[in-house]
This record gives sequence, structure tokens and C-alpha cells, in this order.
Amino acid sequence: MRTLKKNKRGKITMKILVCISHVPDTTTKISFIENNSKFNAAGVQFIINPYDEIALARALELIEGTEGTVTVINVGDISTEPTIRKALAIGATDAIRVNAAPRDGYFVATQIAAIAKEMNFDFILAGRESIDYNGGQVPAMIAELLGIPSVSIAKKLTIEGTTATIDREIEGGKEIVSIPFPFVAGASEGMAEPKIPNMRGIMSARTKPLVVKEAVAVDLLQEIKSYDTPKPRGQVKLISPDNAGELIELLHSEAKVI
Amino acid sequence: MSVLVYAENTGGQFKKSVYELISYGKAIADLLKTNLSVVSIGNVSDVDLAALGKYGATKVLNCGNEKFKDFNSQAFASIISNAATTENADVVLISNSFAGKGLAPRVAIKLKASFASGAIELPEIGESFIVKTGAYSGKAFAHIELKSDVKVISLNPNSYKVIETGGTAEVVKVESYTGDEHFKCVVKEIVRATDKISLPDAELVVSGGRGLKGPENWGMIEEMANLLGAATACSKPVSDADWRPHSEHVGQTGIAISPNLYLAVGISGAIQHLAGVSSSKCIVVINKDAEAPFFKAADYGIVGDAFEVVPKLIEALKKFKAAHN
Ligand SMILES: Cc1cc2nc3c(=O)[nH]c(=O)nc-3n(C[C@H](O)[C@H](O)[C@H](O)COP(=O)(O)OP(=O)(O)OC[C@H]3O[C@@H](n4cnc5c(N)ncnc54)[C@H](O)[C@@H]3O)c2cc1C
Ligand SMILES: Nc1ncnc2c1ncn2[C@@H]1O[C@H](COP(=O)(O)O)[C@@H](O)[C@H]1O
Repeated sequence: MRTLKKNKRGKITMKILVCISHVPDTTTKISFIENNSKFNAAGVQFIINPYDEIALARALELIEGTEGTVTVINVGDISTEPTIRKALAIGATDAIRVNAAPRDGYFVATQIAAIAKEMNFDFILAGRESIDYNGGQVPAMIAELLGIPSVSIAKKLTIEGTTATIDREIEGGKEIVSIPFPFVAGASEGMAEPKIPNMRGIMSARTKPLVVKEAVAVDLLQEIKSYDTPKPRGQVKLISPDNAGELIELLHSEAKVI
Repeated sequence: MSVLVYAENTGGQFKKSVYELISYGKAIADLLKTNLSVVSIGNVSDVDLAALGKYGATKVLNCGNEKFKDFNSQAFASIISNAATTENADVVLISNSFAGKGLAPRVAIKLKASFASGAIELPEIGESFIVKTGAYSGKAFAHIELKSDVKVISLNPNSYKVIETGGTAEVVKVESYTGDEHFKCVVKEIVRATDKISLPDAELVVSGGRGLKGPENWGMIEEMANLLGAATACSKPVSDADWRPHSEHVGQTGIAISPNLYLAVGISGAIQHLAGVSSSKCIVVINKDAEAPFFKAADYGIVGDAFEVVPKLIEALKKFKAAHN
């Protein structure tokens, strides 16, 4: 096993890939067009997926004060470039955009795995899920395509030499795993605090490299046929605080949940 | 042709979500007029395995090797996809648990299968095969057509009823080869609060927000949860302030749950919070502000001070329990 990844001058040179998806802002009102088959992007503010911001923040912490690099990658058409520039402003070293609409998890994972194969990253960070499709598919798919280990929901990540220690989320607790380079982890709440770009970051982001690559061909295995929205709940039934106990009866006899 | 279910165990025990998944698998097998097999990995007793027949499994493949005591997504995915191949499965079902989230995407890649994650009801099977899942953090549902021959679906906990159909399953021991290259990720330690009901699987959840003022006031929330047999949850600022552990944080950036009852105390109902709880079957909100947005998403509400209302609810619950025992 290699110990520390250092260059000739003894500096650590970790090479990290961070996957970022471009998603509607969390407070956006959602609507659909073309017979409810497509998301209506008109007037919608897009952001870096919140979990990917966490992944990016952790990656930047890990290379701080070293000669390591953080490359961000997005699979998306040209409309995602402001989101990618924001990641560069936050501190990423450089960026790759795979020029294609992200059809589904398999499509995205295949694109990212193809780039990762070419470029030899020490490890790959993604978010635990993107808040649009909520698929949580991409990180484990990339890992399977590359034949490397992964943790889909990682709450904590530390590195020693070329091994990571990760807290994996499990029902009612956590599992602490040790995982050698290269691997994929899906960042979750708690791994790091998202970073806000400063003025210098914003200025330098304009000149940082953003390479556009063409997509590789992927079979179409699935397709979103339509969307619908939840039925609004009926009017709330208010119970007077003086008779709070009445609620328990209603939960039993009317809602039948206890 | 068959339907294959992966029955996940926790320390050798099956949880309710496994019975939900097998019941779901049985319903799909019936729709496809085929049979249902189950694969289990790790140390589960033969009695518990055979009992899976009660929910419709005809055959249980038991990969009960000591090597598979700890969860390992690479090795497990390889065993499940081998089982899918030997069983000639065209639908593979995995629970959308934390382990399942790490497994199902890998199984889909191995089988070159289409994959719907987080299904919430039975697929529509006719000319095409369409699965309904959540999308946009609880704000929408997507209907996804799975077009490939082999299909992988992960099912959200609490989305399908456990249905007993009777019968015992035949248990078959299998030795599944998985190479050493699958054991690079090593489990060092498992930290689990065993005395608590796990939040993602819980049928009833009592949750507290910043309105509770401080961690010292959670005693009444826990008491109410204990009386109900409910899990506890919280809003993001509460876990950010370390009043409660991060594992209890629900919402957009926390976990998403769909219990039968979500009882929220002192939570405003911000859109990011609703993202994690809006698919709960029944929502109760206790908030002193009648204008709190959560009331718009609630079935029952009490406008009042939590410090007066919750003790009353505890009293009523004690009486209720005494009367119904
Ligand atoms: C990108 C992003 C992601 C986010 N993700 C999440 C998430 O996953 N989960 C989440 O919860 N939040 C999330 N948030 C934060 C969210 O926007 C809200 O700030 C948060 O949910 C508010 O928590 P709260 O309701 O506990 O607190 P507050 O908004 O402070 O509300 C407290 C409520 O308690 C009531 N109250 C006060 N005193 C009493 C009393 N004595 N009795 C009864 N009621 C009382 C008040 O009327 C008020 O409605 C996110 C925000 C962003 C920007
Ligand atoms: N189009 C995309 N480009 C780059 N990364 C993505 C893309 N879609 C998803 N990801 C990454 O995969 C994670 C999980 O996404 P998903 O599987 O879509 O829920 C996200 O948090 C991102 O890190």
C-alpha cells in the first residue's frame, strides 16, 4: 500500500473529482409542461445540489494547504455553466462539463465513469442524492462501472495516507468503514459546512479552466413518462388547546393511526 | 421468468420493511403470473427464512457465509445479481433502506437493468411497465417507464402493506463466489442505538423544532414518543445546534420519511422541512402561531403553546393506553 501521496518536494498532491448536479432552488414552486412530461424550467432559479456543495466543501478542506486539486464535473447542457462557475468560485481548481442533458442516473454515471477512467482521480465525491429526481443512484453506479468500493451515504470523511475512514449512515446509527483509494462517496449532511464564494473566488472563477467534453453513447433503458403533484390535503382540522386530549381520540377513531 | 427479492437483515433479524417488500414482490409476481424467490445474505436462521413463505416466497436462496456478516455493497451486489441470473429474474426488488441505496444501483449496472429508486406503489403493468416514485423532494411524483428486459426497483419503507398469504418457502443453501477484490471496504465499528425505534422505518414519529427552545425540553417529546411507540425526529436548526443528533434531522437535507403519523411540535413547516415529511399519511401540527405554514400541510392542528399542549396530550395518551390495553 502507498502511504502518503506526495510529490518530489514532499507536498501532498491528492486529486479529487467532485460531481455536481444543477437543480432547481429548494424553494422553487414546481410545475410541468408538455402534457406533464417535462419540468418547467421557465423562471426557475438553479443551484448546486445542496449535498454536492457539502462534497465540494469537504474536498476543498482536504486539499487546503497542499498541492492537491479538486476538479468538478457536471453532465449537462450549456445552461449549467453558471452553476459550474459557482463551484469554481467556491474554490474548485478546474471543471469538466459533459455536454448532454442528464437523461437518467445510468446515463450520468456512465459519462462520469468514462472521464474518471481517463484521468485517475484518487477518489470521487458526489452528493447522496440530487434534490430533483432524488434517485441516489449516481455514486454507486459510478463505483460499479469502475469496479471500486463506495459508500452511498457518507456522514463523515477523513483521510490518512491513501485510506479514508467514513461514517456510513445506517438505520438508527452509523457504521465506521475503512476504504482505500480509489473509491466513491456520496456526501450527506454533517460531512462539512457548505462554503460561500468570496470576491476573490468569484473573480478567479472566470479564468479557471472549464473543459467541455462530448458524451459517450448510452443505451436508453428507461424514460420518465409523466409527472404529477400530490393531492392537496383537506382543510386542517383544528382542535382547541383546552381540549388537546381530544386529538388522541381523533387519531384513534378518525385517522386510525394509533 | 421470476421476481427476486433481496431480504436484508440487521444482525440476523428481518425488519418489517422486508415483509413489506416481499408482499410487494408477491403482488408483482401475481401480476406477471410468475413466482417469487428471495435471496438472503448473512446469518439468518432457517426457521426465519422458511417463514418468508408466509408472505408469498416459494424459494429462499440462503447465502449464509460468515464472510458476509458485515454489509459490503460490492460483494452483496454480486451475490444478488448472480441470484437474479440463476433464478432467471426479470424483476429484482430491493428495499430503499440505507444499505439498499448502496446496493440497488450496483445491481442495476451488473444486470444492465433499468432502475427506479424509491417506488411508492405497485407498478402499472400492461403494454409497458411504469413505476411511480417521488421526485422534486416530495413536491411531485414521476412515472418512469422501465424498458429493459430486466428491471430493478427499490421500494420506500412504509409504502406497501404487509400481506400474509400463508405457506412456507423452500430454503436452498447457495455458495456465491465473490472475489477478494470485493472486500476492500472494511467495517471497523457499528454504532447503533438499539433501544430506539429507527426513524426511516417508524410508523409513528414525534418531531420537535426550534419552538421547543432548548435540548432540556425534549423530555416531553421523548415521553410522548415512548407512550406512542414512536421514533423521534427534529428540524434542521435543532440538529445544527446539537440539541439532537443529526440522524434525527428530517427534510430536504436530512432524511425523508413517510410514517403513518407525523406529529410536529414547534416546527414552522418551511418548504425544506416539508420535503422530508409531506408524504406522511397523517400530519399533526402543534404551533403557537396560527399563521405557521405547517398548518396548510396538516390534517390536524392545535394552535397553542407546546409547553401547555404537550403535557395535556401525554395525560390523554396515558388514559387512552389504560383504556385500550
Ligand atoms: C438549502 C436548505 C436546506 C434546508 N434543509 C432543511 C431540512 O432538511 N430540514 C429542516 O427542517 N429545515 C431545513 N432547512 C431550514 C428551513 O428553511 C427552516 O429554517 C427550518 O426548517 C426551521 O426550523 P424550525 O421550524 O424548527 O424553526 P423556526 O422556523 O424557528 O420555527 C419555530 C416554530 O416554533 C413555533 N413556536 C415557538 N415557540 C413555540 C411554543 N412555545 N409552542 C409552540 N410553537 C412554538 C414558532 O411559531 C415557529 O413556527 C433548510 C434550509 C435551506 C436553505
Ligand atoms: N448531471 C449530473 N452531473 C454531475 N453529477 C451528477 C449529475 N446528476 C447527479 N450527479 C451526482 O450524483 C449525486 C446523486 O444524484 P442522483 O443519483 O441523481 O440522486 C448528486 O448529488 C451529484 O453529486
